[in-house]
Amino acid sequence: MLKDITLGQFFPGKSILHKADPRMKIILTLLYIVAVFMSSSIVSYIVTVAFTVILAVISRISVRVILKGLKPLLFIMLFTAFFNIFWTKGESEPLFAYGIIKIYKEGIIFAVLMIVRVACVLTGSSVILTYTTSPIALTDGLERLLSPLKKIKLPVHEFSMMMTIALRFIPTLIEETDKIMNAQKARGADFSSGGLIKRTKALLPVLIPLFASSFRRAGELATAMECRCYRGDKGRTRMTQLKYKPVDLLLLLIMVAYGAGVVLSNIYLGNLIVL
Amino acid sequence: MEKPFIKLEDVSFSYESGEEGPVKMLLPPILKRINLEIARGSFVAILGHNGSGKSTLAKLLNLILFPTEGKIYLDGKDITDENMTEDDVYVVRRKIGMVFQNPDNQLVATVVEEDVAFGPENLGVEPAEIRRRVDRALETVGMSEFKKHSPHQLSGGQKQRVAIAGIIAMLPECIVFDESTAMLDPKGRKEVMDTIVRLNREKGITVLHITHNMEEAFRADRVIVISDGEISLDGTPREVFSNVGKLRTVGLDVPQVTELLYELKSMGYDEVDYTETDEEKCAEMLAEIIKSQKGR
Repeated sequence: MLKDITLGQFFPGKSILHKADPRMKIILTLLYIVAVFMSSSIVSYIVTVAFTVILAVISRISVRVILKGLKPLLFIMLFTAFFNIFWTKGESEPLFAYGIIKIYKEGIIFAVLMIVRVACVLTGSSVILTYTTSPIALTDGLERLLSPLKKIKLPVHEFSMMMTIALRFIPTLIEETDKIMNAQKARGADFSSGGLIKRTKALLPVLIPLFASSFRRAGELATAMECRCYRGDKGRTRMTQLKYKPVDLLLLLIMVAYGAGVVLSNIYLGNLIVL
Repeated sequence: MEKPFIKLEDVSFSYESGEEGPVKMLLPPILKRINLEIARGSFVAILGHNGSGKSTLAKLLNLILFPTEGKIYLDGKDITDENMTEDDVYVVRRKIGMVFQNPDNQLVATVVEEDVAFGPENLGVEPAEIRRRVDRALETVGMSEFKKHSPHQLSGGQKQRVAIAGIIAMLPECIVFDESTAMLDPKGRKEVMDTIVRLNREKGITVLHITHNMEEAFRADRVIVISDGEISLDGTPREVFSNVGKLRTVGLDVPQVTELLYELKSMGYDEVDYTETDEEKCAEMLAEIIKSQKGR
């Protein structure tokens, strides 16, 4: 049962976004987030929403998955919106006033836009990056993108190796936790009743063997890696070479066009509907 | 005479005690003055019970551990020389690959083919060449169809074969299997054992197979029994296993076939040849004896 877990939020597929180079996708995500936060007029918001919807459609990730991804942040979005409604002061007459509580038109608009903005950033960055890129490709892309930082002695390779090994061992450790829990249950351990403190205490006999075995695993893995001539990234080559393809250039152009659209609509169409 | 591929000369090894002190204390030796020669292309099984020093011996060969005393030669070159550079050490590790007991703890990457590529990548091999080696190595161990799988979707035997492929891709001349079949179920054990035998027979790779499974040792050309850090028996499987008395004193079980024949012989059936190891031939021999008994 625990074996079926998906690592990260990756959904395999064959869309352009799946095929694009992970390095490019990281750059695109950054550009996208900047552009979304630059949106300040109604027109640019419309452009942003439209663009995000287009991205979601071409990624062929189902609507259900995307909505599910938004759910955990729903509370935070509503919370910020709530404060924006009550705390924003407008210049015109309040729409609603009861004692010290005054609600202005600006507050409502601001709160709605806030929700739209957060929802866009979340949806856009997940369809560009996390839903369409396998964790391993993501780590790989990040390592190569940051590799110039090796010159200033930043352990980029080591960091990505750690990530790779962590990803590799997550299923192994989950399986092991399952085994240990079953072994403890067979000896009468009870993990599912009692209060929070009691349950946490019950987990202790699971965590200790798990830690002990992780250290043993780490030792053995280190020896095995040494036997396979691992010595950091000294003289190391890679089997899979990342190459930018026409698709990547196309996506970059689209992203730049979108960014330009946001900026231009901010400047020239910003007064169309004043916020 | 051709010079031996691997040669150990008076090799001793002891671990240093963990306690910090002005004088490094040595714990009782694990290996005591071992002298050993291994021919290129041979298939050697190393037997011994737990704590006999057999795994330590393996780790000395690719310099994961360094002998306390004595010299080790690889292809006539002294690899225990003080002037060995880091690069020289990696040359030795490339030539002598090692496969360990727990398949889970030797796979590094989340995709099978990426893992097989790990060794050649560390050696700085050209990407196109790595690709070729990975494909060939996976084909050799019969795991090509799983190359895009993640290790946790594989069975123990399959994981161990991937680990072997990872070593083959470095083009080693010798592979040391450190109890590589011990954690597997009978099916996985057979898969791995067949792979090992094939590597030796078809690819000419020298194999050192550390095990405590007697049936596996039978498939080797030569069996070395280590007990208390010393070589106590060395010879062909037939020679070694016929020495039932001595095997028992070092705490090893004799294969069931041999044990049965040995017991029969000691009961007075003189015509029994207990050095016979092939089960079918044994059955025939026993059938003959029973027939002749009836006749009497």
